[in-house]
Amino acid sequence: MPEYVLQVKNLTVQANQKVILKDINLDIEKNSTVILFGPNGSGKSALIKTIVGISGYKIVKGDIFFEGKSIKDLPIHERARLGIGIMFQHSPKVRGVRLEQIAHFLTSQEEKIKSLASQLHLDKIFHRELNFDFSGGEMKRSELFQIILQQPKLLLLDEPESGVDLENISLMGSILDSFLKEQKPASLIITHTGYILDYIQATTGWVMIDGAIHCIGHPREIFETIRKFGYERYRKCL
Amino acid sequence: MRNLDKKLDEKEIQSLANAGLDISEKERIASFLQSDDEILISKTLNPGVEILPIEEALEKYPWSSKFYGKSFQILEKDFPKDTKGGYFIWVKKGVHTYFPIQACLFLKKRKFFQKVHNLIIAEEGAKVYIITGCTVSYASQEPHHLGISEFFAKKGAYINFTMIHSWKEDTMVEPESIAILEEGATFLSNYICLHPVRKVSMYPTAVLLGSNSKARFTSLLLASRDSFQDIGSRVIFRAPQTSAEVISRGVSTGGKIIARGHLKAESPQVKAHLECRGLLLSSQGVIHAIPELETNYQDVDISHEAAIGKISKDEIEYLASRGLSREEATGVIIRGFMDTEILSLPQVLKKEIDNLTDQTVKKGF
Repeated sequence: MPEYVLQVKNLTVQANQKVILKDINLDIEKNSTVILFGPNGSGKSALIKTIVGISGYKIVKGDIFFEGKSIKDLPIHERARLGIGIMFQHSPKVRGVRLEQIAHFLTSQEEKIKSLASQLHLDKIFHRELNFDFSGGEMKRSELFQIILQQPKLLLLDEPESGVDLENISLMGSILDSFLKEQKPASLIITHTGYILDYIQATTGWVMIDGAIHCIGHPREIFETIRKFGYERYRKCL
Repeated sequence: MRNLDKKLDEKEIQSLANAGLDISEKERIASFLQSDDEILISKTLNPGVEILPIEEALEKYPWSSKFYGKSFQILEKDFPKDTKGGYFIWVKKGVHTYFPIQACLFLKKRKFFQKVHNLIIAEEGAKVYIITGCTVSYASQEPHHLGISEFFAKKGAYINFTMIHSWKEDTMVEPESIAILEEGATFLSNYICLHPVRKVSMYPTAVLLGSNSKARFTSLLLASRDSFQDIGSRVIFRAPQTSAEVISRGVSTGGKIIARGHLKAESPQVKAHLECRGLLLSSQGVIHAIPELETNYQDVDISHEAAIGKISKDEIEYLASRGLSREEATGVIIRGFMDTEILSLPQVLKKEIDNLTDQTVKKGF
């Protein structure tokens, strides 16, 4: 029996009184890296945010299990404390809270904070209020920094490479890769560009279209097919 | 502070400590403590710094009476004459102090109306830090405090004045203070009021009489339910090449804050900025920012910005996704908003004030 970190069962979700996720079923095994593909607006971010517990995503049917326990009624911070970590695609400005403060909330290992901050070139924004005047790349590096310090058992990465230049993608990719190899968490990664696939060993790829999972396959193959033929081909897969 | 425990009990001494009083006196150069109208402590460890009860000072140094009420005359204002007590601080020419002078005004008796008149004179080239804590005994009832403070910063002098107000729900407070700055002088005022109070209203004013003088007022305000804080800072520029900055941060968790600011340029070549930010955390609360800029000279650069907001759901949920509960997230945001970095604190006081702010904000949430 494989050990599942996350199981989503018959999940239907509404936002603004519209169904945005339809009867989703998925399992994420321990130490696996799952890539979620899909066109804009297909519900990928909604799925991740529903797992995290962000408000505005109402579960009308189904359940979410983390390490075998239902989490759908838990507040966000309790899910985080159980071991769910998210790297947001768009993180809000948090007035008055500095990146360094968050780091100290996440871990008491001063050395680790220092070395990771320096590896990720965060010196410039380390003492700044969160996401104030952060460039696109700085925002992503700050997100990666936080999620690694958080040491989750399940990483949810929402387009970790969007808005990041190639040099920084390579930096972030290799840091993420070594984190995945060393800590062996499960991860669910949304990518449009596919760049991240060059740095990590993804095990499974899923394609989401119109709020439903359509296909499961090898992530590289799916990515190549999408590049050549677009998403149309995956409408039939279901 | 020997014998203090004869006059005040442990809880009262703790309130004094919470208002910035260093009981050990290790990191203070001079101390003054008045309880109601009784002077409990008045002593200095530095011959360059004189500290005395005001009545005694006016007798010992007849010249000082010239300064008594002078700042009000400069503004053509009247002031209450029926005061009793208050401190006189005189920092002699060229004297620089590293550790601050501390002065505490304490309210203890039932329905006592404390009226004090303080006089602070920094002679030419002097540099001084003052921390004053005003607080009440848990046993007091409906206390009332009126404090007049006159500051005189002579040529090139530097006065850094930190005031911590730590009142309770039934206290009425009306400080009135005016700082007069000669050429090249600096006056920095840091005001912190995080505890409940029935009403505090004040509009401290700095008058920049000499060129190249500058003033900076910063305030951190927290108004809990039924508290009313009407806090302003005014700078009047009467010489060219003068500058000022007024910054306030106010959080209402249910109380009312009126954040006033007034920059009045009565001279050309003035540069000043007024900034007021408010965080409204309860539908019961009110924040009212009233910034005013006034001049009849073209050659001035004065500006203001004011913003009032709330904590957004996105901010809370973002921090929650890192494992902070709603209460913790709110606390962190408020603590961050109450940024002691905006204050012009000397290094010696920074940690103390940080800790006090930490404690207060934590208690409140």
